[in-house]
Amino acid sequence: MKINVLAFGIAKEIVGRPKEVLDVSDGITAGELKVLLEEKYPDLLKLRSYFLAVNEEYATEEQSIKADDEIALIPPVSGG
Amino acid sequence: MVDVKILDTPLDTDLCLRQAYDQQCGGVVSFVGTVRNETQGRKVRRLEFECYLPMAQKEMRKIADEAIAKCGAAHVVMHHRIGTIYPGEAAVVIVVSSPHRTAAFEACQYAIDQLKITVPIWKKEFFEDGEHWVSAHP
Repeated sequence: MKINVLAFGIAKEIVGRPKEVLDVSDGITAGELKVLLEEKYPDLLKLRSYFLAVNEEYATEEQSIKADDEIALIPPVSGG
Repeated sequence: MVDVKILDTPLDTDLCLRQAYDQQCGGVVSFVGTVRNETQGRKVRRLEFECYLPMAQKEMRKIADEAIAKCGAAHVVMHHRIGTIYPGEAAVVIVVSSPHRTAAFEACQYAIDQLKITVPIWKKEFFEDGEHWVSAHP
């Protein structure tokens, strides 16, 4: 299934673009997707931490992802 | 009342204060986060802020609602600026009003502390000799 992955801040620089479409297996969890992303973009592992958001909400590792979900790579935030 | 905004123009601190005033509230507490002109001895020329807009708005609203539920604030105004911001300018304004001052202080502290933990906004510092994303690396 295809999912949209948005990247912000330093994650956008690591991925090289603000958005990409990934083809992943059905029922993949957020935790499994993180592993895939880290294999593709090893520099993610150099970050202090990062989270995935699914449809504008922070995701748990076990949360499963559906086709057409909007995933976002959330590196350490620094607002304020 | 909750008023959450993300703007790409200079913040209006007077407007934020006015929105929080209420004759039932005897305490109005404001926090203004401004851009410092140096970080660890390096001169900061400017900051560039970006955000994941719909999620940042949602997370800011959650924080404002929690400040009301947990701390007893009556009104919470949170305005955050994005784009290019220069030293001395405000990046965030938070104003909280409450019938009594203790709740207003607590709620304002809670709101800025949580904003820095959960709201998907990022800033990049530009120095005379380089640039970096704040807090990205250990």
